[in-house]
Amino acid sequence: MESQKTSSVKIRIPTPLRSYTNDQSTVAVGGATVEEALQSLTQAYPALEPHLYHENGELRSFVNIYLGDDDIRYLNGPDTELPDDAELSIVPSIAGG
Amino acid sequence: MKTTEHVLNAIRKHAEATYPEECCGFLLGKAGTVNEGVRIHRVPNRQQTNRERRYTITPEDYRAADQDARDHDQDIVGFYHSHPDHPAKPSPTDLEEATFPGYTYIIVSVHNGEAGAITAWRLAADRSQFHQEQLTTTRSLSSQ
Repeated sequence: MESQKTSSVKIRIPTPLRSYTNDQSTVAVGGATVEEALQSLTQAYPALEPHLYHENGELRSFVNIYLGDDDIRYLNGPDTELPDDAELSIVPSIAGG
Repeated sequence: MKTTEHVLNAIRKHAEATYPEECCGFLLGKAGTVNEGVRIHRVPNRQQTNRERRYTITPEDYRAADQDARDHDQDIVGFYHSHPDHPAKPSPTDLEEATFPGYTYIIVSVHNGEAGAITAWRLAADRSQFHQEQLTTTRSLSSQ
């Protein structure tokens, strides 16, 4: 196996979460996979973590991650490898009663 | 949230049209300490069953609404849905399914097909509850 290289990744942040990212609408992080990129994001901005993840470390069910136009669930999930200059988006699904 | 009667009337109209099922949609405008709701972006209730008591908006609907907002230099500032024959207050399901603090959640109550109380809510930073937001209307908004 060739060793994974760290890609430069841009993550688009939904408007209300920008208060946790110094008002930045996109954050540049490094990571070879989606999971690594998200870890870099929450390490840089720890206040984001409870809104994206449950206490058990799983992504909250309403949090969807897109690589470009594709939901990562239909790729390789959190293990999806990232090309250089990848763009990830945090996309909520909304529900209620 | 600061908005206009035009926006609230559009929400009431949507809620009455889908009664006895819940309606849902996006609030587009300008995000801030007080969100400004300039217009709505309707979406179908994607819930497969029990649409009288539940609503679902898919990530694809969110992406389309986000594109609509960005095309007009606006943000998604929140969401609205109706409570057919129930009060305009967040239900336990609304809290369980709540997304991010900072979005305004508008709820309109509909009784016998007629829209009634309309309220606005925001998820607490610790995600434990919804706080009611003041809902004020003006003739026009600076971000319009």
